[in-house]
Amino acid sequence: MPDFILNPITALGHATPEVDIIGPWTITERADVALASLAVRRGRLGDVQTSAAAVGLPLPAAGASASGALYSAFWMTPEMWMVEAPFASHEDIRAHLLPAFGDAASITEQTDAWVRFDLAGADLPRLLERLSNFDLAKAAAGAATRTVMEHLGCYLIKRTDTLVTVYGPRSSAQSLHHALIVAAQSVL
Amino acid sequence: MIIHHPILGPRDAQEFVYLGDASLIGRPDGLTASIEDFHNYTYLRDNPAGAHRELWYHEQGDRSWLVVTRNTVTHEILQVELARDVARAEGRSK
Repeated sequence: MPDFILNPITALGHATPEVDIIGPWTITERADVALASLAVRRGRLGDVQTSAAAVGLPLPAAGASASGALYSAFWMTPEMWMVEAPFASHEDIRAHLLPAFGDAASITEQTDAWVRFDLAGADLPRLLERLSNFDLAKAAAGAATRTVMEHLGCYLIKRTDTLVTVYGPRSSAQSLHHALIVAAQSVL
Repeated sequence: MIIHHPILGPRDAQEFVYLGDASLIGRPDGLTASIEDFHNYTYLRDNPAGAHRELWYHEQGDRSWLVVTRNTVTHEILQVELARDVARAEGRSK
């Protein structure tokens, strides 16, 4: 059998993540985050809360996100969260979480299902109001929601007033990237 | 139209998908119900001019199923509940 040598590529198809600087905004593709969804099994919320506290995984309230030392998480739906961890140490994130939660939660690897863009800069609502119906200006820091951008179901997380994370479907990474670039250029 | 989601607050109806009559929650027991019960469940719907309980899915949000009580004459939304809570209250979910 021949030896195939496959080079890892980012969601946008390059060897290294793309960074675009447009006016006051920096749009950064992030390939260094591992993702897993964590859903509580019926009646096991107490066990999951105990296990999460033990491994330092925050379980934020509805519509919110929270960061821990190693793990971060944002709320997806009642009793379900998306967990973020550094890709370098947690590429196999499910294997890291499974021993802590056992059969109290269903944990699904999500890393390669999503593309992540971090949008940094002042006045981000002016950019994102072109793309989503979410009222970013009114939302508190830490708010997380699912929304539609460019006909794609995305997660939008307001980290701070000057930093927003967008998760979109990885198979539409270039479409979402294009939409972000076009919107940024059009409101410059 | 705005739907007041029980968890997420006011949300644009465009984020939701409409399924239909909330009586779909009450599916007859497949082992004991009669053929007439299943016929009625599958095909027969009330068509009220007034309050109507409907299933809506928050597809572009938290992906929850809701039971929305809507006035079909005025389109006023009278009540919004999580379908999970409604189903459990009716003893549907063990």
